[in-house]
Amino acid sequence: MADLTTKLGTIQLKNPVITASGTFGYGTEHLDFMDLSRIGGIIVKGTTLRERQGNPYPRMAETPSGMLNAVGLQNKGVDYFVKHIYPNIKDYDTSIFVNVSGSTVEEYVKVAEIINDLEQIPGIELNISCPNVKEGGMAFGVSCPLATEVVKAVRKVYKKELMVKLSPNVTDIAEIARAIEGEGADSLSLINTLLGMAVDVKSRKPVLSTITGGLSGPAVNPVALRMVWQVANAVKIPVVGLGGIMNATDAVEFLLVGASAVQVGTANFIDPAISVKIVEGIDKYLNDNGFNSVSEIVGGMIV
Amino acid sequence: MKKFILDFTVVENVRLNYQYVLLKLTHNKKLPPILPGQFAQVRVDGSPETFLRRPISINFVDSERNELWLLIQVVGAGTRWMSELKPGKLLNLILPLGNTFTVPDNKNARIALIGGGVGVAPMLMYGEWLHRNGFKCNFMIGARSKIDLLQLNEFNKYGEVFTTTEDGTYGEKGFITQHSRFNTPNFDYIYTCGPTPMMKAVARYAQENDIFCEASLENVMGCGIGTCLCCVTDTTEGNLTVCAEGPIFNVTKLKWQI
Repeated sequence: MADLTTKLGTIQLKNPVITASGTFGYGTEHLDFMDLSRIGGIIVKGTTLRERQGNPYPRMAETPSGMLNAVGLQNKGVDYFVKHIYPNIKDYDTSIFVNVSGSTVEEYVKVAEIINDLEQIPGIELNISCPNVKEGGMAFGVSCPLATEVVKAVRKVYKKELMVKLSPNVTDIAEIARAIEGEGADSLSLINTLLGMAVDVKSRKPVLSTITGGLSGPAVNPVALRMVWQVANAVKIPVVGLGGIMNATDAVEFLLVGASAVQVGTANFIDPAISVKIVEGIDKYLNDNGFNSVSEIVGGMIV
Repeated sequence: MKKFILDFTVVENVRLNYQYVLLKLTHNKKLPPILPGQFAQVRVDGSPETFLRRPISINFVDSERNELWLLIQVVGAGTRWMSELKPGKLLNLILPLGNTFTVPDNKNARIALIGGGVGVAPMLMYGEWLHRNGFKCNFMIGARSKIDLLQLNEFNKYGEVFTTTEDGTYGEKGFITQHSRFNTPNFDYIYTCGPTPMMKAVARYAQENDIFCEASLENVMGCGIGTCLCCVTDTTEGNLTVCAEGPIFNVTKLKWQI
């Protein structure tokens, strides 16, 4: 067995497979299907300062090789998380990250401060790229000045691994990545969903209640791969790649273009045990190709 | 309840009419416990157009034969693929998912199971369960036309069956909520599954007459296990997932306009 550990800024993961926020609940929902200690990490559902009801139904549209969602960060708020969810998940034998979101810089900061005090949460993923909320969310991630402002403010109060999740809905993702690196982020994850839409031709109405939503699944995979490659070449901090990873081969592609770890998202819906299979598949790839560790293939694409 | 990802083998594919098939499936080990009203997430293979799993009600569990039945209405590419599966083919299911019905608190309760269209699917399993446990039930089944009435022979085994068709080709003419059985009081427990307008009409009747009523919803789903939060319905407790906190809800909890 190869050495699957990978370093992500300030922490080491047991392997490079993390489950993506909003696709894996709090891990608890997957206990019947897999052993959570087998994966590198879990990023739990987007958490905001106050409870959010999210957007009205319908929030999802199946599209070719993917899906659009417009959930809108439905969650019970950070206090509920601390009191009722954290105690149940803190002892999982894997790295747990909290995806942090907000409508204002102050909200991001408050949530990050509260999560900073949770001993068994080694990091947060700062979500400045959610396309499904009216205020905040993606607005921060598509503007360089706003992105740097929120990262700078959170960096002041958050002392552990600060991963920032980037939006693909920008002209130059490398520019924003460099700016965020400059504010002290420990790592970057990308891509969040691509803004898209679908129309029901029978009713002539949009399928989603919000008209537009975020596209995920294999449909976005080549775009995500390209962006991860661009960002990995533009920054020195570790990059976590995601976007339509369905199997180990997809994951290895992201590692080869420079990602130190990957996130598995939409694939969890089709196979709730897929993340463990991807860990096993990466190990097999390394063994079959004569590599001893994951780090040997990170950025190992031969051009 | 523990959930499983299991491969099932198609034993029989019974074409019921122009748009419905009954898939009888079996598994190489004993089926796990499954409760009435629960559903399965069925993986659809072979096409990028059918990317996500399809939530399908569990129609019946035959423990003796180790069979699980799915009643499929062909509405799109995914259900068409399922409807064309030949015996011997494999089908991957995640099950059992969702909650179950609230059982009446006494054996003398007057019970109505009201189904329309493919919504009759969970009512067969629940009716069989009630019958086996000493309850008496009335099945109220509505359809557009005689050809759309499904599994009447099966329902007849477990209770009294009342039907309506919109064109009057079988049973009483009209919608199921207009059936004359509703003129004679009354029911203590009503369970319903079917098109939303039908369920709303049932809910209205139940609320007007102060009858306990549960409805089984069928929103579009992503995950089926409560993680993606795509299938929510608005309730007195906020947005709840139909897949994990439902699909069965007491109608007084639902904030739908009835």
